[in-house]
Amino acid sequence: MSTALAETSEKLLALSRRAESLYDDLDLRAVTEWKSRGKNRRAIGFLPIYVPREIIHAAGALPVGLMGGADRVEIVRGDSYFQSYICHLPRSVIELAVGGRMDACDGFLFPSICDVIRNLSGMFKMLLPGKYVHYVDLPQNFDTALGGRFYISELKLMARDIGNLTGVEVTDDRLRASLAAYNENRVALRRLLHARRDRPWEVPTLDYYLLLRAGYMLPVEEHTAMVNEYVELAAQAGRPRMDNIRVAVRGAFCEQPPLGLLRTLERAGCYVVDDDFVLGSRFIEQDLDVHGDPWDALAQGFMHHSLPAASKYDQRRTKHADFVKRVRDYRADGVIFMAPSFCDPALLEQPMLQKALEDADIPFTAFKYSEDTGQFQVIREQAGTFADALKLWGNA
Amino acid sequence: MKGATAEKDASMQKQKEMIANHFSELARVKETRKKVVYTFVPGNLTELINHFGMLPVLPEINALQSGMRGKSAEYISIAEKAGHSEDVCTYVKADIGMLRAGNIGPTGEPLPKPDLLLLSYTGCFTFLKWFELLREEYDCPVVMLHVPYQGDGEITQEMREYVSNQIRDVVIPEFERVSGVRYDHDRMKEQLKLSVRAEDDLVWVLNSARARPSPIDAWFGGVYYIGPMFTSFRGTQDAVDYYTMLREEVQDRLDQKLGPVTPDGPMREEKYRLVIEGPPNWTSFREFWRMFADEGAVIVASSYTKVGGLYDRGFRHNPDDPLGTMADYCMGCYTNLNFPQRTALLEGYINDFSADGFLINSVKSCNSFSAGQLLILRELEKRTGRPGGFIESDLVDPRYFSAANIKNRLESYFQMIEARRKGATS
Ligand code: SF4
Ligand code: SF4
Repeated sequence: MSTALAETSEKLLALSRRAESLYDDLDLRAVTEWKSRGKNRRAIGFLPIYVPREIIHAAGALPVGLMGGADRVEIVRGDSYFQSYICHLPRSVIELAVGGRMDACDGFLFPSICDVIRNLSGMFKMLLPGKYVHYVDLPQNFDTALGGRFYISELKLMARDIGNLTGVEVTDDRLRASLAAYNENRVALRRLLHARRDRPWEVPTLDYYLLLRAGYMLPVEEHTAMVNEYVELAAQAGRPRMDNIRVAVRGAFCEQPPLGLLRTLERAGCYVVDDDFVLGSRFIEQDLDVHGDPWDALAQGFMHHSLPAASKYDQRRTKHADFVKRVRDYRADGVIFMAPSFCDPALLEQPMLQKALEDADIPFTAFKYSEDTGQFQVIREQAGTFADALKLWGNA
Repeated sequence: MKGATAEKDASMQKQKEMIANHFSELARVKETRKKVVYTFVPGNLTELINHFGMLPVLPEINALQSGMRGKSAEYISIAEKAGHSEDVCTYVKADIGMLRAGNIGPTGEPLPKPDLLLLSYTGCFTFLKWFELLREEYDCPVVMLHVPYQGDGEITQEMREYVSNQIRDVVIPEFERVSGVRYDHDRMKEQLKLSVRAEDDLVWVLNSARARPSPIDAWFGGVYYIGPMFTSFRGTQDAVDYYTMLREEVQDRLDQKLGPVTPDGPMREEKYRLVIEGPPNWTSFREFWRMFADEGAVIVASSYTKVGGLYDRGFRHNPDDPLGTMADYCMGCYTNLNFPQRTALLEGYINDFSADGFLINSVKSCNSFSAGQLLILRELEKRTGRPGGFIESDLVDPRYFSAANIKNRLESYFQMIEARRKGATS
């Protein structure tokens, strides 16, 4: 290996190590450290999938994505709050919260994605009485005069509340600046996504995933720089191309798969070229207008330019066509549905998406996981068989 | 003086006739050309649907009736074979299975297809997916009525405007288009006045359980009492008549100091007064009820009988503000309350109805009810000092109803109440 290549590999390794250490930071030490660097600094935790982080940023606070504890938390108290048939994520979230491991957060936002997250918002109100806890009611009516108007009132309410915590008023100008900062992040993430789509061997699934997760801990400006640096380095790293199939993953938008599962997919011969991991990190697909009314821009972004998700009403009835188009645009050979056990939104969505694939003659396979799944042998066999079948019979 | 059984029969009979008429109307839509709207129970817009001469069909009611008729296991299995996960709400699967099996309603006749799906999205996310799934089967329009959740424990002016504007700008125009009938403000007011009369009487009936002995069972019996109010009849003269009749019957039982009528006739001694959280199980409804009645346990208040409105806490439809009141109604249903509100409501019931304790029937299907219920249990024990019990079952999936297990748990629970009583008197 040439010195230049070795240096590039070293830098890439350092970046992914940094991202992994943020992923492992369940005590939110990085957040505490960020807060210690200035007066009156506040951090606002948010649950999957999407909250408008621009509002938090404009109020001078740090948005912190809370995605559960994966397989790294022993559940002692969490299980005593939830019956066996509830997904795993709220258990680890409660475990971390009541264990004081989310104390760095001064407030919490719970987006309206399912009944579990919804109820969890009330549980937080009861369990952490001193903290700011707000349920973010994202509109399911996408008419500007109806859902849009309501959503803007929600945005302003949040801005006021978080501004009260930080002592910073969310003015139009501050919000525009935050939209711009997140626009840059969107650009960087698009570069990363396109690199995955076009040359998946350059960006291993694990690195990609950890980079997305890093965006849930770091200030947005730092994250943008990190992603840009990674993409540039990855393009020069000369990583070898494997004989893998290209798959799109659906169903993993909330409770996240453990890292072992992601590794398993790639080892089983699958390049994940499209996915819904950490979906909120790139939920709004296009840049928001930074010249007009910033509240409108945020609302329009959610209502008209956000990605499809099981938790969002498909008002235009384009779910099937959009999905098939996306799979084709990303040149996926097949789809892996992997949803958390007991996740109503993902599992109720799945038959509709499967039907769309059947009609379009696109192969798929499906399994369930839990954030603390520890055994991957069965999944490895299933994904491996799927990959082999596609190589043999498909166009891969 | 009328006998308790005869009295039960009169209101029951009335309700049966109302339901039979409704289904016979549904069976005749081809001739009558009446339009059919499928919608959900919590926060339903029954008065509005009736206003346009349309007929509501409530898929949750179909599912629960399938459960009671012993059909749900088969329907769920059809849905699971068609690719639906074991993990998800069984109401959805019972409905989809029923549809695949010919959509035969409780009267044995096929239900008409919907002319419109009204996705009134109150208190449960599964509704959204349910109608997205149903619309794949029917070629009909869908109207989404997004009802914000009381996340911060209140209904704000913005929330109210959002809902009433949707009713005005989306729901009513679509109803007009589908039905060919114009909205008439004055006629709507008259309908709502009828709603209020029935609501008053329902509240009186529910509050009768404060008496000792309680003349009603507010859960097993309560699910019958809320039937007309929560389904297709609110705002009709029939509903007013039903509740007048019911009230008279309950008054008569109160006067005679009689307990509720159970599957095996009037209850004898009232030994335990309980508040219960969660829906019942429908597949073994009578067996389940007997487990309580045999022990002299009566449910004096329940949250399930509030999924279609918290009338007992003061809500009434306001005939002078039809759209605003519909919005308030939608947002005020039990499953649209946040956790602190739900807990406070149950605490209030335990105190107001002098309950010996409270139980949670945690149903596997329903994340809306169940996710986090154990916190409510703990909190109530802490606040009231009265014993809480926890049982698990499902709404319509018989695989999750274990009679022996539930019976055991109930027996230990009643023993716990006894032990507390002894402790209190020793
Ligand atoms: S995994 Fe599914 S059910 Fe669980 S909290 Fe997330 S979206 Fe809700
Ligand atoms: S999740 Fe609960 S409220 Fe929702 S449809 Fe199922 S049973 Fe009804």
